[in-house]
Amino acid sequence: MSATQPEVSRKLGAAGRLNEWVNARFPLQKLLAEHITEYYASKNLNFWYGFGVLSMFVLVIMIVSGIFLTMSYKPSATEAFASVEYIMRDVEYGWLIRYIHSTGASAFFIVVYLHMFRALLYGSYKKPRELVWILGMLIYLALMAEAFFGYMLPWGQMSYWGAQVIISLFGALPLIGEPLVEWIRGDFFISDITLNRFFALHVIALPLVLVFLVVLHIIALHEVGSSNPDGVEIKENKDARGIPVDGVAFHPYHTYKDVVYITIFLILFSLVVFFAPTAGGYFLETANFDPADPLVTPEKIHPVWYFTPFYAILRAVPDKLGGVILMGAAVMVLFFLPWLDRCKVKSIRYRGWQYKTALGLFTVSFVVLGWLGLMPATGFYLLLTQIFTIIYFAFFLFMPIYTSMEKPKPVPERVVYHA
Amino acid sequence: MHELTRKLLAVVATGVLLTPVASLAAGPSIPLDRANNDVRNVASLQRGAQLYMNFCLGCHSAQFMRWNRIAQDLQLTEEQVMNNLMFTGDSIHDTMQIAMPGADAEVWFGKMPPDLSLISRSRGTDYLYTFLRTFYVDDNGNSNNKVLEMTSMPHVLWELQGLQRAAYDENGDWTGFEQIRAGSMSPEEYDRAVRDIVNFLDYVGEPIQVERRRIGTMVIAFLLVFLVLSWLFKREVWRDVK
Repeated sequence: MSATQPEVSRKLGAAGRLNEWVNARFPLQKLLAEHITEYYASKNLNFWYGFGVLSMFVLVIMIVSGIFLTMSYKPSATEAFASVEYIMRDVEYGWLIRYIHSTGASAFFIVVYLHMFRALLYGSYKKPRELVWILGMLIYLALMAEAFFGYMLPWGQMSYWGAQVIISLFGALPLIGEPLVEWIRGDFFISDITLNRFFALHVIALPLVLVFLVVLHIIALHEVGSSNPDGVEIKENKDARGIPVDGVAFHPYHTYKDVVYITIFLILFSLVVFFAPTAGGYFLETANFDPADPLVTPEKIHPVWYFTPFYAILRAVPDKLGGVILMGAAVMVLFFLPWLDRCKVKSIRYRGWQYKTALGLFTVSFVVLGWLGLMPATGFYLLLTQIFTIIYFAFFLFMPIYTSMEKPKPVPERVVYHA
Repeated sequence: MHELTRKLLAVVATGVLLTPVASLAAGPSIPLDRANNDVRNVASLQRGAQLYMNFCLGCHSAQFMRWNRIAQDLQLTEEQVMNNLMFTGDSIHDTMQIAMPGADAEVWFGKMPPDLSLISRSRGTDYLYTFLRTFYVDDNGNSNNKVLEMTSMPHVLWELQGLQRAAYDENGDWTGFEQIRAGSMSPEEYDRAVRDIVNFLDYVGEPIQVERRRIGTMVIAFLLVFLVLSWLFKREVWRDVK
């Protein structure tokens, strides 16, 4: 900030003149400053704040690997399965691209779930960040759709029957159910037509929506500023130049930190890609190595692990329509979080035992439901599913009550930071 | 099959899914033995390939496996593969196809014998290892199997293993097998032969797997070095933050 822009441009010669020329026509310098070099985020962000950048990083991984997969994949019921094996065997490093994409799908959900959990820990959804949270939830919905469409493309047994189960859920809706299912499939059963449209949605429609929503998410975030583990608004304490005293510039401070996070992520990611690409049947399910066969039902049908908490909730009630409504509610209720939470204090560090307990129970219920979604919905498993479904919803439904009963600890004026 | 018939069957199958009936593809009915095969063992892969070509390829294609890839990965010359493993007039650039027409297969076996390109990935090596060792002659004198009861696959390796009968205790629980006719191999030799076949199928399921781990080790090593550097850079940049 010592030299003014024209001075810098003069020093840089031709490059400087180009810079000047561009900035007279496009606010490049302004955008970079606003979002990178002069965007101030709290200096005390911990590793939980790394999952945002990791989500973006995985999005890039998925788009790039996806583009290369599209070059050899054939979205046709007769060729899809074979084209995936062609990629795995005959395309140079096709196996690597495919494993990166398949591992990336699960990695995406892991980092997004942890990113969302961070919001629950530090109250990142609270005023003034309600829109950041809602845009994030829309990204999550788009991501679920994207993952669902993508899972059908390898045209294995689980691709086929998983899609069959999920699409048939819409049939539970009264009156419009069956016509709706037919409209989604474009046929009387899942066929080549369904595969083609899911391909279109997976490679064009949803990625566009995702990228657009991510841009909105970031713009909204940069407008209000990042939260921090203390839940202190750093903008309320600025120095003479108008810079938050507890903030450090996104670049170079947070970017250098993010490189460390990304490297750690890449190590874990590579361990899966190179040493356990199926992740024991969780990331690539064994049944999906059999080509789709409409005449043979696989032994077990369940969605991939990242959907299983909601799948468990679906099966918690014996009624199909009831299950579908409950499952939908389990996702949609998250949108209302900013208004359900009545506690003024943001961070778990200073909140009362009520929220801490509730969040603990909720976390356990989400993980256990995820496991139960892989188990048969009978007997003891069904009972457990019902118990944890109740806990899941209780977290939200009673939130206005228990959060207004909280007696939080005093929040410090400045963020806690030890260099 | 006519397109219409196929569609009708698919619609029926769709209906079947929505009603709770016993699943059509059942899992193994007995505990599986560990295959303990090693895809890095090229000699075993070569033996397995030879056994596969002699005993399996008559009925089971591996339509995603290319002959010249086998030559390359199993350290054989293309001539060796063409002279010793390929019994048909295929080109070395082709994949492992079979000549048996599907319609005949359905008459002979009741169904088309499955392609085995990915069988090790969908069923697992332990399943295959146990399956190929638990064929037995049942009370009706028919060939049966303990892993997949009533399998339509005959015991094609019987000349190697011989024939065995299932033995049961007084409660009627299955205890093991009794040899009723010796094969050309001892039980130990037969287990090894099956392990070689399974090893070959493991390789066929994912030919890149040895190379994948090798590359992975280098990638991880690089990333660990990079992690140290990135952390040092980060520490340097953050030095002035108080």
